[in-house]
Amino acid sequence: MRRASRAGWAFAGPALFMLGLFFFVPVVLAFALSLTDFDLYALADLNNLRFVGLANYGELFGTPLFWKALGNTFYFVIVGVPLSIGLSLGAALLLDGGLRRLSGLFRTALFAPVVTTLVAVAVIWRYLLHTRYGMINYGLAQLGIEPIDWLGDPSWSMPAIILLAVWKNFGYNMVILLAGLQTIPADLYEAATIDGASAWQRFRHVTIPSLAPMLLLVSILTMAGYFQLFAEPYVMTQGGPVESTVSVLYFMYEQGFKWWNLGVASAVAFILFVLMFVITMIQFRIARARGAI
Amino acid sequence: MTLAAARSALLALLLLTLLFGCSGRGDEGEVVHFWALGREGEVVTQLIPEFERLNPGIRVKVQQIPFTVAHEKLLTAFAGDVTPDVAQLGTSWVAEMVALGALEPLDTRIAASREVEQADYFPGGWTNNVIGGRIWGVPWYADTRLLFYRQDLLREAGFATPPRSWAEWVAAMRAIKARAAPRDYAIFLPVNEYEPLLALSLQQPEPLLREGGRYGNFRSPGFVRASDFYLSLFREGLAPPLNNTQISNLYDEFARGHFAFYISGPWNIGEFRRRMPPERQDDWMTAPLPGPDGPGASIAGGSALAIFARSKRKDAAWKLVEFLSRPAIQLRFFELTGDLPPRRSVWRAPLLAQDRYAAAFGDQLERAEPPPPVPEWERIGTQLRIVSERAVAGQISPARFRATLDADADRMLEKRRALLAREAGR
Repeated sequence: MRRASRAGWAFAGPALFMLGLFFFVPVVLAFALSLTDFDLYALADLNNLRFVGLANYGELFGTPLFWKALGNTFYFVIVGVPLSIGLSLGAALLLDGGLRRLSGLFRTALFAPVVTTLVAVAVIWRYLLHTRYGMINYGLAQLGIEPIDWLGDPSWSMPAIILLAVWKNFGYNMVILLAGLQTIPADLYEAATIDGASAWQRFRHVTIPSLAPMLLLVSILTMAGYFQLFAEPYVMTQGGPVESTVSVLYFMYEQGFKWWNLGVASAVAFILFVLMFVITMIQFRIARARGAI
Repeated sequence: MTLAAARSALLALLLLTLLFGCSGRGDEGEVVHFWALGREGEVVTQLIPEFERLNPGIRVKVQQIPFTVAHEKLLTAFAGDVTPDVAQLGTSWVAEMVALGALEPLDTRIAASREVEQADYFPGGWTNNVIGGRIWGVPWYADTRLLFYRQDLLREAGFATPPRSWAEWVAAMRAIKARAAPRDYAIFLPVNEYEPLLALSLQQPEPLLREGGRYGNFRSPGFVRASDFYLSLFREGLAPPLNNTQISNLYDEFARGHFAFYISGPWNIGEFRRRMPPERQDDWMTAPLPGPDGPGASIAGGSALAIFARSKRKDAAWKLVEFLSRPAIQLRFFELTGDLPPRRSVWRAPLLAQDRYAAAFGDQLERAEPPPPVPEWERIGTQLRIVSERAVAGQISPARFRATLDADADRMLEKRRALLAREAGR
């Protein structure tokens, strides 16, 4: 027992050390930072740093823009995550079923946005979303829909960001789900078919339960990723128009690197951490209750 | 997707620029690193060859930085100890950079200089760079806000000349509104811009912050007057309570006579020239901002050139500042950018003296006042925008509006007060 545990520590030691140094220490330091008023003055001279306890948190809860950022982020997550997973699942089913012959080609094509640089993609999307010359509005005009000012109208800017984010990211989940689909034994389907199950029933009672662990994984990863929305509004709208695309992380970035209020920015990071932790726990609980894991 | 990814990309970029920045320093003499912003950064490269010809030992490396991220970059550069030798600073950032101790005071250099003469500069632009009794930057170009107006609509309403005082202005606006179609207005003050209200407030004798920038002063008689005047324009229906994004095309609406007055800055001279239809080109004009009684002040803005304390090439950097401050170079800079020169002598050149749209700006710059020179001002200004928008919408009363502003400003200035008190106690 003794020797075994020593060997175990010896093997785990280096990894634990690295994890401690590069993960736990920074997290603890960031939490400590969130209890101070580190700002421009402290940047000039560390003597200007003061311990403020939970005042940063209190101030944040009294800041309307923080609540707005939280609301925007929830909007993005609640619409974006189901849309993204739905699209990934749909694409994976298509690749697994009908399009099997060209599967390699489509898999690559649909995965391509995931690995392209966002900044390059953003340039293209700004053209696509252009009010007057954009292809999207051109398409809508063919359907008799008035042009939409995607990035200039506060009520359309978030949908535009969601569109871009979903398009950019669904390929990743698609690959995971496709791998999951391919592990479902064919005899399950055959048995279901013999029992007279329709295509929908086969999907509902064979595919979904077999995929459940995958779907849980994908939904946790996607949720965690989508809560950290930052780069899309940063390159597309800079949080505008009228703060309609300011996400929690964007808010944190502005606090931290625009105003250099690192104390407040760290507090934002911790609030986001707690939020994501709670939501992931809820996801696990639901999954467990339904027997997915 | 994540911040981490974006940050590492940024880091890679920074490393790359550092690598390139370091190469070839040995053989070309002194290299001055100059950070210039946006359009100015693009254009200034055309002036550099002449500087390098006149100063054979010095080479200038212009780093062009988009205006929207420049403020962050400068702060990050300070934190990372990679500040340039000389940089263009938006006037509202000077106080911040001084608080950081990032800048080099220029008093002795200016006193010894034959190129930079304080007397030749418009006072507002100059005092913007004076903090704690020392000079931290030399104005590079000036910026202010004034009236763009429709001459024809004003004339039809019975006014031959643009208004000079608030009373004349209101009379003109009422007359225009009375003649206008029901859904047209006299003036457009975008509710998501705080500059018009700020300009009106700077016309008042009381400063916006009191006790040396320790507290908000938004319940002073002056701000009460300015904000009541501003809010009355909306209440009377002379201005629509709309923001910039709710109006589809400013220039079209102005050409159509949807409104007759608009408060804006020099960049819009070029835009109006380009975007107003040819038949309307003779109908628009610029005029100094009316004040409570007679021509009033406006905001002193623009950019300054400043030298960083950590620079090892301050003398060479100063030569560049002097070169860019020369009247002849400033005139060329105006030709290239349309940016208003901060020196009076440049305004006497025919190119500027004969520009009918620029004339009002030259006049206004004599009466331009800088906003309070405290590092917190930018945040207080943002708050002014957010809260005034709510006051215009009628969500809060004018009294509540001013009390809120004072409370917000006092809170934002809390640390400044504490530090000043500690300094005084030493």
